[in-house]
Amino acid sequence: MAVLLELRDCRLAYPSDRKNQPDRLALAVDELTLREGDRVALLGRSGAGKSTLLRHLRDGLADSASWCPQQAALVPQLKVFHNIFAGALERHSGFANLKNLLLPSPRFREEIATLAQPLGIRELLWTKAEELSGGQKQRVAIARALYQRKPVLLADEPVSALDRRQGRDILDLLSRRHGTSVIAMHNASLALEVCNRVIGLGDQRVLFDSPVDQLDPDTIERLYR
Amino acid sequence: MTGFWGQARSLRKLTFWFAAIAAACLAFADIDITTRSPGHELWRMATGLVTPRIDDPQQWLDAVITTLTFSLQGVVLAAALGFVLAVFYRRAWVRILAAALRSVHEVFWALIFIQVFGISTLAGVLAILLPFSGTLAKVYGEQLEEIDPAPARAVQSGDRQSVSHFFYTRLPLALYAMRHYTAYRMECAIRSSVVLGFIGLPTLGFHLETALRTGDYGAASALLFTLLALVYSLRFWFRAGLLWLLVPAAFIVRPISANWSAANLAQFLRDCIPAPLRHDWPLEKTGRWLAWLGEQVASGAWNTALLAQIALVLTGLFALLASTLNSSHFVSGMARRTGDGFLLVLRSLPEYLLNFVGLIILGPSMLPAIIALTLHNGAIIGHLLGRHSDEIEPPAIPTGPLGRFAYHYVPTLYQRFLAYCFYRWEIIIRETAMLGILGIPTLGFYIDSAFQFLRFDVALILIGVSAGMTMGADFISQRLRRNLRMEAF
Repeated sequence: MAVLLELRDCRLAYPSDRKNQPDRLALAVDELTLREGDRVALLGRSGAGKSTLLRHLRDGLADSASWCPQQAALVPQLKVFHNIFAGALERHSGFANLKNLLLPSPRFREEIATLAQPLGIRELLWTKAEELSGGQKQRVAIARALYQRKPVLLADEPVSALDRRQGRDILDLLSRRHGTSVIAMHNASLALEVCNRVIGLGDQRVLFDSPVDQLDPDTIERLYR
Repeated sequence: MTGFWGQARSLRKLTFWFAAIAAACLAFADIDITTRSPGHELWRMATGLVTPRIDDPQQWLDAVITTLTFSLQGVVLAAALGFVLAVFYRRAWVRILAAALRSVHEVFWALIFIQVFGISTLAGVLAILLPFSGTLAKVYGEQLEEIDPAPARAVQSGDRQSVSHFFYTRLPLALYAMRHYTAYRMECAIRSSVVLGFIGLPTLGFHLETALRTGDYGAASALLFTLLALVYSLRFWFRAGLLWLLVPAAFIVRPISANWSAANLAQFLRDCIPAPLRHDWPLEKTGRWLAWLGEQVASGAWNTALLAQIALVLTGLFALLASTLNSSHFVSGMARRTGDGFLLVLRSLPEYLLNFVGLIILGPSMLPAIIALTLHNGAIIGHLLGRHSDEIEPPAIPTGPLGRFAYHYVPTLYQRFLAYCFYRWEIIIRETAMLGILGIPTLGFYIDSAFQFLRFDVALILIGVSAGMTMGADFISQRLRRNLRMEAF
């Protein structure tokens, strides 16, 4: 399988918000290779460096990765339709984008309605994002990531606010639409169902990195102890 | 703990020095009452105020329409220009351009444009448009900088900025605040439009000046109430839905026109070249000209600084006291609505008008200008401060109003209060310079006489000095505010 990205001896830091303050180490990676077809689940306690690693992968993959951030990060004043459409502004001309903001075109309406259907947010397309519940916002953020239509998906806890069944269905959908994916998750058993490779993070480093079928349940157990 | 004390001490020290300088300035200022019976004139005004009268409805309507169209056209164009500047507000040259545009008062802009375009719509609209676009650029720019960057980061990687991303992920987040501020600027524009009447443009101020000069206080009262009604009515008609109709209507009713000729413009531009260069004077004559000019700059700048410093401190004092009229900590229900209404009415009266009335009652000195600047600016800050005080918790241990004011209200709000005052500082300097037109020897006095003698070179140099002082205050106040906020952590 083709290699998409290779990390070697990386020391990733939290972005420091104050000047003259040394960056704190978030994660040290000795070696990590992302190949086409990988369905990676990132596991680890909060603060283990999952988001930092995802951000770094995003910088490295630049234009080939769709992005679904942890906080939905929607524009509260815009309709759901426009929030989803904002995922793919690069794909259309500036004129088409501005026209669509004032006068949504039928083509984009249909594309986005089809996309929203399986996520259960089709009825919400003309609601302002600020009026949505947490779970609804998260599904809009997923739709926005899907609409980016990139080969790789990078997602940070995309289904944390959804119930287990809904979360599973949506993770399945995300996997089908992207050849490769790296998803940070807090639910380990769900990760084992939909992914083919698990990376465990802890103590600011990679604790294990193995295919799902070679994974010992104890290993995961230890991650959260 | 040291941080807290250092902060408290530095705020106190800052206040002490500003107040001490103002007290010293007061010793130099000319604040005599020179009229023989101020009470008599005041009584006549009060009688006029309660018997408003419109003699010529046609003329009145005409002035109302001109006042509204000037301000509406000016604000709409300024919002468009200010918006474009705000998008590029990170660039230093845009910030400097915006600061320069707003550092020159509307009245000075109007004096220049009347020379070039005559008494015309273009002169009036440009006089509002230019300084307002500078202010709007600054405020829009800051509002766009303060938005939550997360949505923008979610859909674009790296620092690439495109027009589409701007309209989808940044503008919607700031739009509400921008619209709100634009509505406030429309209120300011109506005031400015009225003031432009005092220097000859056909707005309400033109008739107001005549009425006040001739002691026709009944007519003046009607015009004053018209101004208040226009400002009050804004909330009903200055709305996105109606503006689609009103803006085109304004441009149809009062199309932008000017009576100018190329020859006239060329002459004006030639006159703007400093006289020694234009006439190639001998050195000795140039020296005398420079000394004469230097005297005006020195006297104008000195008096402007003096008066502005006194006005700034008194404004602060008045604002702190007046803010209690609009604060849930001191008043509620009907009393608060009345108090706030009082502040809003005071805020609606332009300094120029207050100063003009003050001159009639008290005679020529700096006193009317000090009162005018204090009342107008103090009401603006007081209104904001009072509303802001609603957000702070009531004191843990209930006490009487005086104790509450001294031990809870002032200490908790003090930092915000100083920030408002420093924000207003550049505006007070700008306005102090302008009020010279009414006769006090600040820069405006010398600028006005230069225009009267058609010495445009001198006028422009003096306007430049006044702009420099305003930008200086802007610069210092930005530094102070940044330091205050830094120490607040």
